[in-house]
Amino acid sequence: MALLEVKDLKVRVEEREILHGLTLTVNEGEIHAIMGPNGSGKSTLSHVIAGKPGYEVTDGQILFKGEDLLEMAPEERAAKGVFLAFQYPVEIPGVTTMNFLRTALNAQRKARGESELMVPDFLKKVREVSKSLNIPQDMLKRGVNVGFSGGEKKRNEVLQMALFEPSLCILDEMDSGLDIDALRIAADGVNALHSPKRAMVVITHYQRLLNYIVPDIVHVMSKGRVVKSGGKELAQELEESGYAQFEDAA
Amino acid sequence: MNVAVAKTGKGRAVSDLFTSAEGRLPGSPSVIAARREAFETYERLGLPHRRIEEWKYTDLRALVGEVLPLAAAPDAAALKRAAEAVKAHAIDGARKLVLVDGVFAADLSDVKALSSEVSFKTSRESLEKDAGLLTTASTDAVISLNAAMATDGVVLSIADGAQLSAPIQIIHIATAASASSFTRSRVAVGKGVHATIIESFVAAGAKAYQINDAVLMTVGDDADVAHIRLMDDAPDAVNITSQFVTVGANTKLNVFNMTTGAAVSRLQGFITLAGEGSELSANGVNLLQKTEHGDTTLVVDHAVPNCVSREVFRAVLDDRAHSVFQGRIIVRPDAQKTDGKMMIRALLLSDEAEADNKPELEIFADDVSCGHGATAGALDESLLFYLKARGLPEKQAQALLIQAFVGEAIEQIADDNLREHVIGIAERWLERRQ
Repeated sequence: MALLEVKDLKVRVEEREILHGLTLTVNEGEIHAIMGPNGSGKSTLSHVIAGKPGYEVTDGQILFKGEDLLEMAPEERAAKGVFLAFQYPVEIPGVTTMNFLRTALNAQRKARGESELMVPDFLKKVREVSKSLNIPQDMLKRGVNVGFSGGEKKRNEVLQMALFEPSLCILDEMDSGLDIDALRIAADGVNALHSPKRAMVVITHYQRLLNYIVPDIVHVMSKGRVVKSGGKELAQELEESGYAQFEDAA
Repeated sequence: MNVAVAKTGKGRAVSDLFTSAEGRLPGSPSVIAARREAFETYERLGLPHRRIEEWKYTDLRALVGEVLPLAAAPDAAALKRAAEAVKAHAIDGARKLVLVDGVFAADLSDVKALSSEVSFKTSRESLEKDAGLLTTASTDAVISLNAAMATDGVVLSIADGAQLSAPIQIIHIATAASASSFTRSRVAVGKGVHATIIESFVAAGAKAYQINDAVLMTVGDDADVAHIRLMDDAPDAVNITSQFVTVGANTKLNVFNMTTGAAVSRLQGFITLAGEGSELSANGVNLLQKTEHGDTTLVVDHAVPNCVSREVFRAVLDDRAHSVFQGRIIVRPDAQKTDGKMMIRALLLSDEAEADNKPELEIFADDVSCGHGATAGALDESLLFYLKARGLPEKQAQALLIQAFVGEAIEQIADDNLREHVIGIAERWLERRQ
């Protein structure tokens, strides 16, 4: 079943069109990789799906589980099951990670008409997940991402993904700024979350990440469009021949 | 301004404000004469206005206009309402001293439960004897008015070496609408004392009232004292408070102010570090909305060498609220090795809110480390989006960031119970704006 349907999407930022009619369908349980050179519109796509302000959709639509995603506020999208793992997770001094996680989880549950998670249940869940991601407990007592290394910030994103249990995870350049060990831990965390009901969209510039998170389908973006889609071998092909051929094609 | 009457001539008429209250003001004929003199000073000056430098941003003539008549002494019904308010605002475990409409209410207070190391009397008792309580290190129109009109207050003396496990909470409760209360208290803290003094200002159903409070405090050597003020007066009230604090040597003093109420408020503090080796931590949070005007004016006077002062102030301003922070650090010629820092930040939640921050350093010594910073800005959009993308609705995301913003000042309160109480006040303020 189609989870995410992006249809002929055109997006502007400050009068400049970034996406020129992008179409993409992601079904439940699939892992998609979106690759492309800098400036091809990969991050713009992820921001528009998450509802970041500053983007003007001039044409096309985005359906999530059949509903019009563009009509929803960012927090509604989150409650419905859309999760964007940020390329650069922000630091929030003064808000402990634990407080943030509980507030966010309960806000999502409330929006779905579910009861708030009791504190002991919540703590148990956080402890389990953070242990599997190699996140020390004292990190959870610090301000959100404050003083975290690049790897810790990305693991914190994966921790949230595990807690909130979204049905669509968009990983925006998860590999940026990570060394190989940090990348492996984060990727293992993501792989552990893969399930038949949950889809992943992995946005990356490099093929390297796809050695750890193996996609079912690879899309190549160039100049605001998907210019080619294929199996995981397409990523390998790109690694060898580069993006130039597609830039010409677009 | 209806209080300015004749401006010249001896023995001129004194306005109704004083004459109508005179019979109810405690004091021997000589005390009354001192009061009359203070009132004449006030009358000569009139309410402060914007052409007086210290009051430039808080023009009481424009904001308040007139001083309301003295509140009547509370009757049984008023005391009953006050009793309810005491229940709602008492801090767990604190020894309460309650002033209702400017009059000490013995039945609502815990005088008998005070430690034997704390001596207590009312300001009324003190003023019946002599005018000592009416003298302050400096004065201005509102302080003079307070000296003239003060009906009551508490006079506390904490013996040398006392380690008070229970905080003392002075609760000011307003039950009378459209009237003024004038209170003046003295707290003398001995050497080596460990104590927490809390002052709360709340309304019990009263509206449009005015408070003019003065606190005279001395802290002895080697003491560790927290002085917390929580002002949550009615949204249409006026609260002008003047604090005079003198600190001895090797003492730690932590002062904190939280403003969540009153249409017009000003806390003016004059803190003198008079003994070497002392540390002052002065912090505050103003949470203002609608057209509220909240002014914190703090003068920290390093009179001797080797003292440290730290000031962290935060203002959160919604709607058309106006916050003023004037912080002056004075370093006297002898006060070498002074370390004084002040950081003021205002968070503007609306385009129409206004923050006036005025830090001033007056340094007369040459071997000191002093600094200040002041910022004003809106909530960070990227942080807001991150929180919304995690499921927090706009107002809740704002609330979390506002809590974090004021947290840095609130964190300076060492006592866990008290800090949680203050966080609770901030949370309730945030809920009111949801």
